[in-house]
Amino acid sequence: MTAETEQVIKPQVARRDITVPSIDTEDFEVGVFGGLMSVEDFGVNPVFGVRAAYHISEGFFVEAAAGQTETGKTSYERLSGAAELLTTGERTLSYYNLSLGYNLLPGEAFLSAKHTFNSALYIIAGAGSTRFAGDDRFTVNLGAGYRFLATDWLALHGDVRDHIFDVDLFGAKQKTHNIELSLGATVFF
Amino acid sequence: MARHAPALPRPHPSLISNDMRITLLILISQCWLSGLAYGAEQYRVVQIADPYIELHTGAGSGYPVFLVVERGATITLLKRKTDWFKVRTSKEQEGWVNLRQLELTLTPSGEKTHIEAIAIADYRRHRWEMGVSGGDYSGARAISLFGGYRFAEHLSGELTLTQALGDYSSSVSVKAALLAHPFPAWRIAPFFALGTGVARTQPRATLVQSADRTDQFANVGIGAQAYLSRRFVLRVEYNDYLVFSASNDHDANEEIHEWKAGFAIFF
Repeated sequence: MTAETEQVIKPQVARRDITVPSIDTEDFEVGVFGGLMSVEDFGVNPVFGVRAAYHISEGFFVEAAAGQTETGKTSYERLSGAAELLTTGERTLSYYNLSLGYNLLPGEAFLSAKHTFNSALYIIAGAGSTRFAGDDRFTVNLGAGYRFLATDWLALHGDVRDHIFDVDLFGAKQKTHNIELSLGATVFF
Repeated sequence: MARHAPALPRPHPSLISNDMRITLLILISQCWLSGLAYGAEQYRVVQIADPYIELHTGAGSGYPVFLVVERGATITLLKRKTDWFKVRTSKEQEGWVNLRQLELTLTPSGEKTHIEAIAIADYRRHRWEMGVSGGDYSGARAISLFGGYRFAEHLSGELTLTQALGDYSSSVSVKAALLAHPFPAWRIAPFFALGTGVARTQPRATLVQSADRTDQFANVGIGAQAYLSRRFVLRVEYNDYLVFSASNDHDANEEIHEWKAGFAIFF
């Protein structure tokens, strides 16, 4: 038995030790954005923020974002002259949210005959909290955005987002829709 | 140790002037920046063993195919975005290939390359976990961020940050918990939790009420995790909190029930 199983030719293979270089993955995206945010009754004001995203698949991504804006005076405050509804600190609106996005329309932007850039139109929705007028308010956000890939790792964004939260400043609780328009830049790593 | 070590040759200080140092610094930072952009310089070179691969213009099946490369050709894997690989052909053309078409690719020496497709096997081996969840915290809306580390197959530790937003008050709490996973191999695996932490409660600004409160709490919980796909885990949980809010002007401890659902990414 041993004679049968014994190999006649013993291969002498010099195995090379290969260190396989790991492949650089670029599934994370971080960046900043700025734009205008309309806060119901409190005017349209500049907004700035940061965002980070993780791309789960070619379609889906999760995003965490935070932003801040200084709101203005209500028309009532301006007309009455003296009565201030909020203190300066309470006028600052800051929010954070966690959202799920989907790249609905991946495509290409043809800027000239020689320059083609990848892009994607995405829809996004999520939940978070908004601190405004001294209170934290549960906030639902939904919107759409355009991601323009200047290079593989640098993206430019244009976003429209509706932040929906309840305000009870004027006695009764009312639902407010607060639209934010922003432009931003992110890097993939 | 240091006494016996031979003195290492050092560059003469005058050999590198300050100007050169600054130039070097700039060069290093540029290298670092370009490193960020292009990743490591050493790329993985593979030979195509699948019948053919399709190169897309972008990292997604919606982007058009502009080139097909046949079996036997050598390609360089440059980077990865989700399940798409940016490859360079021997003719210097670059495009994106889906993982499915690279499953059989070989190393130049003829061995099978292992390209990591994240699967349930990785989930069973994972250590770190991070996730978000949302739900009902005794009538208020709760949003949580949690991070966990699995010490052993059946035991993990977790830190949770929760914001609960109610009609009359809002609160922020930090909780540390130990989780027992009796059946980690199940696709839907139950877990039991035991935790403690502090909660800071703030009454609504429009209400005339007492000031902010900070209370300690203890908690027991039960839940289930289900492996979804890739790096994703779904999770549902129920927590029962006993808030030690008894004081001179508040005569009883509070009990709070919390329901939450969310997802986590594991590493």
